[in-house]
Formats: sequence, structure tokens, C-alpha cells
Amino acid sequence: MSIALAALTPLIGGLLAPLTIRSGRTVCAASAGAASLLALCLLLSHAPAVYRGEVIRQQIDWIPQLGLSFSFFVDGLGLFFASLILGIGLLIIVYARFYLSRSDPMGRFYAFLLLFQSAMLGVALSDNILLLLVFWEVTSLSSFLLIGYWRHLPEGRQGARMALVVTGGGGLLLIAGMLMLGHIAGSYEITEILRRGDAIKAHPLYVPTLLLILAGAFTKSAQFPFHFWLPHAMAAPTPVSAYLHSATMVKAGVFLLARFWPALAGTEIWTLIVAPVGLITMIVGAWIAIFKDDLKALLAFSTVSHLGMMTMLLGFGTPLAAVVAVFHMLNHATFKAALFMSAGIVDHETGTRDIRRLGGLWRLMPISSALAMLAAASMAGLPLLNGFLSKEMMLEEAAHTELAGIPYLMPVLATLGAVFSVAYSARLVFHAYLGPARDDTPHHPHDPPMGLWGPVAFLVLLVVAIGLVPTLAGPVVARTAMAVIGTEELPYYSLAIWHGVTPALIMSLVAFALGGLIVYRYAALSRRHAALPRPDAKAMFDAVIGGLIAASRGFTHRLHTGSLRRYMAVILVTVIAVGAAAFQAGGHAPGGREALPADLPAIIVWGVLLATCAAVVVVHGNRLLTLILTSLAGLIVSLAFLQFSAPDLALTQISVEVVTTILLLLALNLMPRHSELIESLPRRLGGGLVAIAAGAGAGMLSYAVMTRNIASISEYHLDQSKPGGGGTNVVNVILVDFRGFDTFGEIIVLGIAALTIAAMLQSALRGAPARRLDSMRPGVESADAHPLLLVVSTRVLLPLALTVGIYIFLRGHNEPGGGFIAGLIVAIALIMQYLASGYSWAASRARLDARGMIGAGVLIAGLTGAGALVFGAPFLSTSYGYFHLPLIGEFELATAMLFDLGVFLTVVGTVVLALVEISRIQRRAEREPVPEGPMDVLLHSTDPAPPAPVASERNEA
Amino acid sequence: MEFLIASGIAVLTATGIYLALLRQTFPVIIGLAFLTYAVNLFLFAMGRLTVDRPPIIATGSPGYADPLPQALVLTAIVISFGMTALIVVLALRGFLETGSDAGNAERGEDGIPGVPDRSHR
Repeated sequence: MSIALAALTPLIGGLLAPLTIRSGRTVCAASAGAASLLALCLLLSHAPAVYRGEVIRQQIDWIPQLGLSFSFFVDGLGLFFASLILGIGLLIIVYARFYLSRSDPMGRFYAFLLLFQSAMLGVALSDNILLLLVFWEVTSLSSFLLIGYWRHLPEGRQGARMALVVTGGGGLLLIAGMLMLGHIAGSYEITEILRRGDAIKAHPLYVPTLLLILAGAFTKSAQFPFHFWLPHAMAAPTPVSAYLHSATMVKAGVFLLARFWPALAGTEIWTLIVAPVGLITMIVGAWIAIFKDDLKALLAFSTVSHLGMMTMLLGFGTPLAAVVAVFHMLNHATFKAALFMSAGIVDHETGTRDIRRLGGLWRLMPISSALAMLAAASMAGLPLLNGFLSKEMMLEEAAHTELAGIPYLMPVLATLGAVFSVAYSARLVFHAYLGPARDDTPHHPHDPPMGLWGPVAFLVLLVVAIGLVPTLAGPVVARTAMAVIGTEELPYYSLAIWHGVTPALIMSLVAFALGGLIVYRYAALSRRHAALPRPDAKAMFDAVIGGLIAASRGFTHRLHTGSLRRYMAVILVTVIAVGAAAFQAGGHAPGGREALPADLPAIIVWGVLLATCAAVVVVHGNRLLTLILTSLAGLIVSLAFLQFSAPDLALTQISVEVVTTILLLLALNLMPRHSELIESLPRRLGGGLVAIAAGAGAGMLSYAVMTRNIASISEYHLDQSKPGGGGTNVVNVILVDFRGFDTFGEIIVLGIAALTIAAMLQSALRGAPARRLDSMRPGVESADAHPLLLVVSTRVLLPLALTVGIYIFLRGHNEPGGGFIAGLIVAIALIMQYLASGYSWAASRARLDARGMIGAGVLIAGLTGAGALVFGAPFLSTSYGYFHLPLIGEFELATAMLFDLGVFLTVVGTVVLALVEISRIQRRAEREPVPEGPMDVLLHSTDPAPPAPVASERNEA
Repeated sequence: MEFLIASGIAVLTATGIYLALLRQTFPVIIGLAFLTYAVNLFLFAMGRLTVDRPPIIATGSPGYADPLPQALVLTAIVISFGMTALIVVLALRGFLETGSDAGNAERGEDGIPGVPDRSHR
């Protein structure tokens, strides 16, 4: 997996960067550089094979059902683009080390930069288009982080948001487009898709697919009319601008067009959309660049223009134009990254990037000025530099292309773009670097350390080398172009400086003349330009975003009213409607199962339940009475469980009933006991109607099910309970063995609920809730806070209750019982001490921490389950054996019991924690001094002897 | 018997929903408790009704009740206790924060409920 490794190595380096920064800035930069270098080596190890014409592909399945796999491949185009990313990345890492100031968090910078680098490599090397989409989104996100790197600058934050909205929005469209492409092609692997170009182009969904993919590519590559985000992204630190917004990320869109060129290009609609968009972007971008005074803004719009040119070339749809696009991608990356870094040097040295305040820099900083001017000359397309070669080839292509059937239109417009390009390049050189030196800049400039100009020099060396000996780039261009076109046969072209007097040469000469003229007459032109009305992209963008936010806020406001009742009503009415619709659609034959005969006790209990429910509806204003009626209903439910062969459920229900009642009593002590609020009659009627409809539905459904026979899957559980699980209580064996994973999840949920309760109540002892507690006057129900009878009986009962709990726990595997029920019983016994003797007394004697019990319970259950892994069995497999002990005889030990112990501890901890936390709150409200002694009546008497049960209690707890 | 259980489920459901649709928090808590009874009974009834045949393996037993719904309902009862405790405490905390036990969220300054503006406190 060396290709995937190459893509992911920078990510690892990025994770290390925040750590290595502790050893200093140079170490941090070195570690980041080492990661990039390693990735480059891994990548280049495939270069010989790729240049023999092989395509190397590696794959690990991820979600094969969805066609999603970790598949990567290297061909000429991927190798070229990935090397560009890593090569320029290395230079940027060096440059950034010297560019960032001491106050900038450098670890974070390299972390983001390498995250971005990794994502870009993923885009370049992914074979699976779904995987490519993931990387594509990560480039948008990491670009957001890098643009907003200087968090304190509002422009940085705004620029970052705008870039994210535009490229992220395009990314969404691209996702749709890619999914459709995969659907049409019948494969999500690029290597497959590229072979099925003809089928794709003939498919009826070709046009929408193309439009969606183009939307993704155009937003990323800042093509008109989405070009506005790129200049605002220049609020980023200059290394970021040089790397993301000139050399790599913005080229991802162009890369995408090139990548899918064999599958999508060559149709009429492709040429009609892509070529004009590129052409317009080229001209508009170059025109705006001429009049920008900020160095980086000028370069940003120039980048927009050059990206437009590459898009236009790919849009022509001819193999030769594709070759030129590839060549220009290389050339542009070299001279534009150099220029951005030079702009950063100027900013660093003079303190300003405003061209109007600069001039004569070549006298003050000769080395970096010379490098910048060479790069600018290449951008203008001067001979003997690489920019000249690809521009000539572009003009030559344009000269042979007809646009919309009008001859000369294309060549004229292409020349216009070249004219503007010469103009802004010349302005950059003449207004910033040449001319008289100025001494009114914020800092006095001189050449920076080599760390800053070294990377520029390296790039300019390439610019000159390719410019002088074009054949140096020959193999790279040829191999990359082969990958773009998808064949081994390339059209005839020659990389040379002199082609004779061709139309392109004439167009170039025109461009130099007119471009020079523009700069010569710049002052007058600039005044005219300033008078022209210009649309402000940022204001329009802000207006659109503001409108969207207002609309979504209004929508949320309307939907999310904050009324719990309304949410409930909407959910219920929907459920009822869906149920009614399903009922309408189905058949209504009566069931065939024989009904059990109803006996008199059952009918009486049923009558009591109906009466209880009716009473609750009527008297719910009286909350204490409601509570009592609720427990009555719970009791009847447990009776039903008991009647219908579910002793475990009856036990659980009845103990939960006790705990819930105590809980609600405690809560009611702090909340209003009576409801004064009278609901309006229509609301009550409406609620009643919904309730009756839902109740009738539930009743009919359960009746329908109960009167029908089905084959249950429980036969297996019944058969295997004893031989497989070692227990005769099938319900318990299901809980701790067959469905142990469910139970494990459930005790975790219980524990989380208890911890949430504790957190919510502990923080209630501060602020507004505490003040309200302090001002509360709980009603005095009895003069005796801790009735003697209750105190004594609960203490006597505690050891008994604990014994019963242990008994219920131990027999649980074979008879009704088990961890859940035993936990509840023990918890009740403990809680009763708090109730009877008061919080202070009980809390001071509690030896076990409820939180600790929850943690221990989950841990024991988890470890028991994991123990099975040691023996090579799946998680939570149980085992059991029989042992013989003298006197006691044969007995059974099962690992399931250990798991049940975890359940037990969690249940005890949860119940105790929840109830104890409420009683703790309660104590705050009782401002009357709580009697110290448990038997306050006794303490007033002359007998000072402490009550005897305390000693035994300590042992129990 | 089936009719008694089915109608019992119906009445418990209706009571629960009626209370849950009221404005204050306490009836909502009680309403959810009733709904819990109804749902647990409903799930239990999916295993059909059997008398005197607890799912405890014994020789000579004529048959067993379906143990699977029982196991599911058992954990459901305990979980529903956890849930009830949580919403009781939520209601209690809400009451202590606002002094009212109405089940409506305050609106914050931006008009979105649930984000009360604390600056004036």
C-alpha cells in the first residue's frame, strides 16, 4: 500500500507537528518537511514504472456493498500532480519557517498545512471516486482552517467562510455528480470509468452529470462566476496563498477536468460550456488584475485568469489543447508560487503590499527583486522563460479554434487575454521593483535571509531552465498528457522556442505592444477604470448569505416553538396517521388463535385498572393522589406479568415501582404539589381525541397480534438454555448470555443516565436554582423528621433485605431473579436508610461510592465479556462448570454470574446515585437544622447510648 | 383474556398520551410512566399470552411462555426507570431554574427557544 502510504504520510506528519513544536520552530519545520520528503520518495519510487507506461493500482475493500474501497492508483497525471503538490509543499514548508513570526502558533500551521497536503494527495491518487470526494471535502475544510489561520483578523475569518461556502457548496454538487457518474459507468473506480467514456457520453443522464461535476470543478478552480472567493482567500498567510491558492488547491478543479477528460470531454456541450467559461474567466480575471493595488490581489486575479486559460484549453476538447493545458499547469505552478512568495518577501521587508507605496525595490533588495522580475516576465510570456512556451502554444491552439461559428473571435479574445496578462505583469515589475527607490515604506527593506528567497530561487531556476531548454520538460509533459488523453499516441507537437513566424508569434507581439501601452498610459486608464461602476462580489455574497440565515431563522422559529406539547402532538398525529393508512391498506380478517377464557379475578383487576386510569385523568391536578394512582396501575401491570407466566417481569416491575414512587415523592417535595393551571376546554378535548385515537390503535393492534399464531425464534433459546448457557431460567440466560451485548449496552445507558442526573443536580447547588432552594419553605407534614418506628424498622430490615438481594441474585440463573432484580432490591434497602434516618446520617455511613459502583459494574461486565476473547471465543461468550464443595455439595459456577454481578452493581449504583442526589438537594431546602441524631426523639431523653443497630450496619454497608 | 389485555393497553396508552399532552411537566412525567406500562405490556403481549408456563426449564413441563419478549421487557422496565429518573430531574432542575413547571422552553434573544439569554440574570 505504498501509494496510500504516500498520501497519508503527511497526515501523520501533521499530527506530529503540534508535538514537535515544543522542541522549537526549526525542529517542527524539519519534521513537517521530513514527512513531505518521505511521501515524495514513496511516490517517486513508482516513477520508473509509470514512465514505462504502467498504471499501478492498489486496493483495500472498505464497504464493497456501496462500491466504496480504499483504492489508489498512479499514472502519469496522478504522478505529475502529486509531485507538484509535494515538491512545492516542501519549498513552502521551508519558506513558512522563516515567514511566520514568533507569535504565530507554528505547530498549528504545519498541522493544517500537512492535513491539506495529505488531502490533496488523496485527490490526486484516489482511484475510487467516493474516496476522492472525501479527500476533496477535506481540502475545502483544511483550506478554511488555513485561510482563517490568523483568527484575530476579521478579513481572515470572512475570507475563510466565503471560501468554504463556495467550494463546499460546489463540493456538494460534485458529490451528486460523482454518484451519477458512478451509476452511469457502473463502477466507482476511475480506471474503469475512463474506459467507458463512449457509454457515458451516450447516456441520457450525461448532461446533468456533466453540469454537476463542472460546478464542483469551477467553484474549486475559481472560474467565472465563482471567481470572487479567491481574492478574499488572500487574507491567509502568504505561504498558504502561494501553496493552496496558486499552485495546488485551485488547480484541483482543473485536475478534475483533466482526470475525467477521456470520460466526459469531446462532446458539443462540453466545448460549449467549458471553453467559454475558461475564456471569460481568463479575460475578466486579467482585466481586474491590472487595476489591483494590493500585490496579492493582483496575483490572485492573475491566478484566476491563468486557471481560466487552462480550463479553456481543456474545453477545446482536442488532444493537442490538453497537452498545452498540462504544460501550462506545470509552468504556472512554478512562476506563480515564486511570485506569491516574492510578494510575501516584499510584505515582510517593507511592511506593505500596496503597489502605490512601493517602487525601486531592485535597488534595495536585488536578489529577491531579480527573482521576482524573472518570474513576472515568465507570467507575461517573455521569450526564454517557460511562460512564453505554453502561452505560444495556447495562442496557436486558439488561432485554429472557431467559437460559435465566428472566425477570428477566438484568436482575438485570446490575444486580448494575453494583452491584459502582459499589462499586469509589466505593472508589477515597473511599479514595484523598477523606478526610483522610495524611503517612505513602513520598514526599510533589504534582502531577507536565504530561507525566504531560496525556495523562490529554486522555482525561478526551473522557470529559466525550462524556458531555455524546453525538452527538459518533454518526458513529463508527454507522460502526463498521455494519461489525460487516455492513449499512448500523442498528437504532433514540439516544445521549442522558435517555431518560425507563426500566427501565435504575431499575436504575442501584439500582446507585448498593447500591454506595454496600457502600463505606459496607466494613470489615465486607472482614473477611467475607477469611474466605471463595478459589482462588489463580497456585498452580494453577504446579502445572499444574510438572506439565507434570516430565512432559516424564520423557518426554525416557526417550527421550533419551544412548546413540548406541540412537538408531542405532531409526532403522535403523524404516527396515528401512518398507522391509520396502514390499517386501511391491510386486510381485517379475525385471527385464528384460541383465546384464553377470562375469569372473575381478572375482570375485577381489569375494572380497577380502568377506574384508576379514569381517575388519573380527572384528578391529575392533585399530584400526590396522582402518584398513588400511578403506582396502583404499576401494581396491576406486575400482576398481569405474574398471571401470564413472567415471574421475572413481575418481580422487576414491582421493585421498579417502589423505586419510582420514592423518586417522584422526593421530587414532589421540591415541586408544587398541586397544579393551579387549568387547561382550556378545546385543548383538553383535542388532547383527548389524539389520546383516544392512539389508544384505540394500540389496543386493536395488540388484540390483532394476540389472536394470531406465529412461529417464534425462541425455540432455540429454550433448547440451548441449559446445555449452552448452563441455566434453567431462560429469561436470565437470554439477558446474560444470548443477548448479553444488549444488556451490556443497557447498563451503560443506565450508568450514563445516573451520571447525567448527578451532574444536573450538583450544579443546581449554585446560582439561580440554589437561591430558589434557599427561599423555599417546604411544607411541614409532621413534627417528627425521622419517625422512630420507620428508623428502627428500616435498620432491622437492612440486613434482611441485603440477604434477600443476594439470594435473588444467586438463584437468578436457574430461578426467577438475577442481577437486575437483586440490584433493585438492594438499592431500595439502602435508599430506605436515607429516607428514614436522613441524608446526613446515611451519607456519613455510606462506605461505597455510587459512581464507583456504576464504573465497577460496567467494567466487570465488560472485562467478563472480553475474557472470552482470551480463550478465542467471541466477545461475551460464557462458560460454566460444576464443582463439588464438602457440606454444600454440587454447585455451579458460570462466568455469566460475573457478568450479572456487573449488572447488579450498575443497577444499585444508578438507583442510589439518582435518589441520593435528589435528597441532597432537598437538604438545602430544609433550612431548619436537621437533627444530628437519627432518633431525635430519643436524643432528647436522658439515655445517651447510641442505638445498637449502628454497629451491625457498618459491617453490612 | 386477550381482550382484557388489549383494552388495558388501549386505556393505559390513552391515559398516558392525554397526560403527556398537558402543559406542565409533572403530568408529562406521569403520562410517560403510563405510556411505559402500555408499551411494556404491548411488547410482552407480542409473545402471546400463556398461563402457568414460566420459561424455566423443568422436566415434564408441558411447554413454556416465549422468553424472548420477557427478556426484552425486563431490560425495558429498568431502562425506563433510568429515563423516568432523568426526566424527573430535568423537570426539577427546570423548575428550580425558572420557578415554573411549564413544559415550554423560554425563547432566547434570537427567538430560538432553548437558548435562554442569561445576561439579565
